[in-house]
Amino acid sequence: MPQTLEKTTKRLRQFKKVCEILDKYERNPAKLIPILQLIQDEYRYLPEEVLTYIATSLELPPAKVYGVATFYAHFALEPKGKYVIRLCDGTACHVKKSIPILEALRERLALSDKIRTTPDMLFTVETVSCLGACGLAPVMVINDDVHGQMTPEQAVALIDEIAAKEGKK
Amino acid sequence: MIAELEKVASEYGDAAGRVSKRIIICAGTGCVANGSLKVYAEFVKRIKDAGLDIVTELKAEGTGDDCNHPTLLQESSSAPIRLSKSGCQGFCQMGPLVTVEPEGIFYTKVKPEDVAEIVQTTLIDGKVVERLLYCDPVSGKQCTGTAEIPFYQRQSRTVLKSCGIIDPEDIREYIHNGGYAAAKRAYTEMTPEMVCEEMLYSGLRGRGGGGFPTGKKWELTRVQPGPKKYVICNGDEGDPGAFMDRSVMEGNPHSVIEGMMIAARAIGADEGYVYVRLEYPLAVARIRRAVADAEAIGVLGDNIFGSGQGFRVSVMEGAGAFVCGEETALIASIEGQRGMPMPKPPFPAQSGLWGKPTVINNVETLASVPIVIGKGAAEFRQRGTETSPGTKTFALTGHVANTGLIEVPFGTTLREVVYNIGGGITDDRGKVTGEGFKAVQIGGPSGGCLTEDHLDLPLDFDSLKGVGAMVGSGGLVVMNKQTCMVRIARFFMQFTQNESCGKCVLCREGTKQMLALLDDIMEGNGTEKTLETLERTARAVQKGSLCGLGKTAPNPILSTLKYFRAEYEAHVYQKRCPAGECKALSKPTIDPEKCKGCTLCAKKCPVGAITGELKKPHVINPDVCIKCGACAEACRFKAVSGV
Repeated sequence: MPQTLEKTTKRLRQFKKVCEILDKYERNPAKLIPILQLIQDEYRYLPEEVLTYIATSLELPPAKVYGVATFYAHFALEPKGKYVIRLCDGTACHVKKSIPILEALRERLALSDKIRTTPDMLFTVETVSCLGACGLAPVMVINDDVHGQMTPEQAVALIDEIAAKEGKK
Repeated sequence: MIAELEKVASEYGDAAGRVSKRIIICAGTGCVANGSLKVYAEFVKRIKDAGLDIVTELKAEGTGDDCNHPTLLQESSSAPIRLSKSGCQGFCQMGPLVTVEPEGIFYTKVKPEDVAEIVQTTLIDGKVVERLLYCDPVSGKQCTGTAEIPFYQRQSRTVLKSCGIIDPEDIREYIHNGGYAAAKRAYTEMTPEMVCEEMLYSGLRGRGGGGFPTGKKWELTRVQPGPKKYVICNGDEGDPGAFMDRSVMEGNPHSVIEGMMIAARAIGADEGYVYVRLEYPLAVARIRRAVADAEAIGVLGDNIFGSGQGFRVSVMEGAGAFVCGEETALIASIEGQRGMPMPKPPFPAQSGLWGKPTVINNVETLASVPIVIGKGAAEFRQRGTETSPGTKTFALTGHVANTGLIEVPFGTTLREVVYNIGGGITDDRGKVTGEGFKAVQIGGPSGGCLTEDHLDLPLDFDSLKGVGAMVGSGGLVVMNKQTCMVRIARFFMQFTQNESCGKCVLCREGTKQMLALLDDIMEGNGTEKTLETLERTARAVQKGSLCGLGKTAPNPILSTLKYFRAEYEAHVYQKRCPAGECKALSKPTIDPEKCKGCTLCAKKCPVGAITGELKKPHVINPDVCIKCGACAEACRFKAVSGV
């Protein structure tokens, strides 16, 4: 592990990728949101030093960049797990009992409303307001795979399957 | 380069005409989630295995593209089978959907293992695979095509007409079906004034929920001075339970682009943005592709149809903020700011993006524009009601047999939608029941509830306003008798509280307080004062908020208080939840008359609260019970009540 950590910090220090993204948008401050999106795709979250770096290069106050990053739900300031599980809690999913699924997932992974990522950085569980697949309610998305008409049992089984694949008990 | 629509259309028509059969596989979000792409891959494999000619992409003759099927480039003796993907066909729960043209055979719930049979029976023997047809649960009739299915029969799909038929990633098919002809007419035969007049006469009202006349909006922007103006397509469909815009963007992206082009012509804009929710990756991809194709073919660009006017479109993804659906917040978001609404006036029409006059229209509004300009406003007015002409798409979800996307003329009654198109109410296990209708929540977090008394109310902008609801974006959530209205109100309150941007005090603090008050009621801590405070807070937030989000946030509370007050009072005064959903108020008890002593509930109880001997009535110890309801679910004799 420490080796990978070292690599990560090293990569962070280089900021090469960040510069590429900034150049792609010609360092235009109006493009702050697409820039942050691409950076999050790269690092899977928005590291603080990167935010400061972006602010400097776009000639914006860091508070403004931070303000935008905290305003939008999609931006994460903390690393997420390898598998991001998003449970839809839109109206249709809600009336078709999405909350018991959320409870089952949290119980299985020992997570709560406050702690959303497992300590081994494998799973993150969060809710989204609507994925627009209401015909399949209740819906759960693991990274980009949509799973419709879920039940608490099926959801936990999917987690077990992934955990087994990843070699975790 | 000026687009030559006729040439594109005729080339496409020639190539399409040489196909013997066409298989359309739904590739909307719902069907993809159900595995329609696997079905597609299986079709490719099976058709090849069967030794039939297959083509997955039509190429025009002599274009020299690398063609995956050379037989299309020259006259081939055998007519190949064409396989194509479509956008959302609206019948998501029956997916994956497969249609075989020209017969129009409509297969539902197709799995990869069914494909071999379809290839053999339908493609080779020309017969129908009966077990894959849709069976109408009411009449038990097997329906061969969509024309026989009540869900489709009773709709009048206009905006959605091409969704689910055309290939959304093929601009040529769109043009072949008459696409971009309306834009051409607007740019070559009409002046901006004429376009605005036509729109005004059509009476088209904003489909995003507000219902503001589109023609008026355009006219206000047209008369603003200055060379720089913008057109923005609002695809930030954040309402939970609504997916109409997503389906249009996925199923017919070019209709949205064409609508934007006509808007640009009407107001004199040379730049446009499509702002799409990030939760809709497929819609983003298809809109991007549509813009690129339109540019490549010369529809979008510097000199549109030789008119001298240019128009370019960029696509921007949102970043997960519901409030960005509000036009001023959306503008702030495109400018790279926090998505906070601004007080109006000035309206975007006067000072919008970068301070320039801007038109912002919803996806469905823009997709309706080519229909108005193409067929004329008079024809558009033929449908719908006097004050709300045209059709409206609704996302029908919840406790209803057929969930999915529907399109009906304004003025259609709720009964028609719920019972005839939706196929009736279902219980919690998904079975259709004759009764059990409780309410319909319309218009998402800013809408209200309609009850049994409103079943014969014609749905349009004004009639709904009269009963304290609104069309909103068009989400219709049907609820059965097992749904607690206080919980539904709380659900929406939680949503708006989460999504409140925090700029104005009333919305930021008011939603928080209303949520706390609802929690009190649901947990049995409510008093008479709670109800009073709830109502007063709701009225205040309605009056004093800055933008539409706050102004309409109390609607779910006010409308449930109005129509289901007894339910609130039961929670407050009798400390019970009539629907049996609020756990804090449930008191599970076993009816000794009904209990047969099968011990199943005791086995299922996670905390061991149930005791009793075999074949004797059991009892629940209320001190240990955690009210999880496992006993009631397990009991086959319905002996457990009060859960």
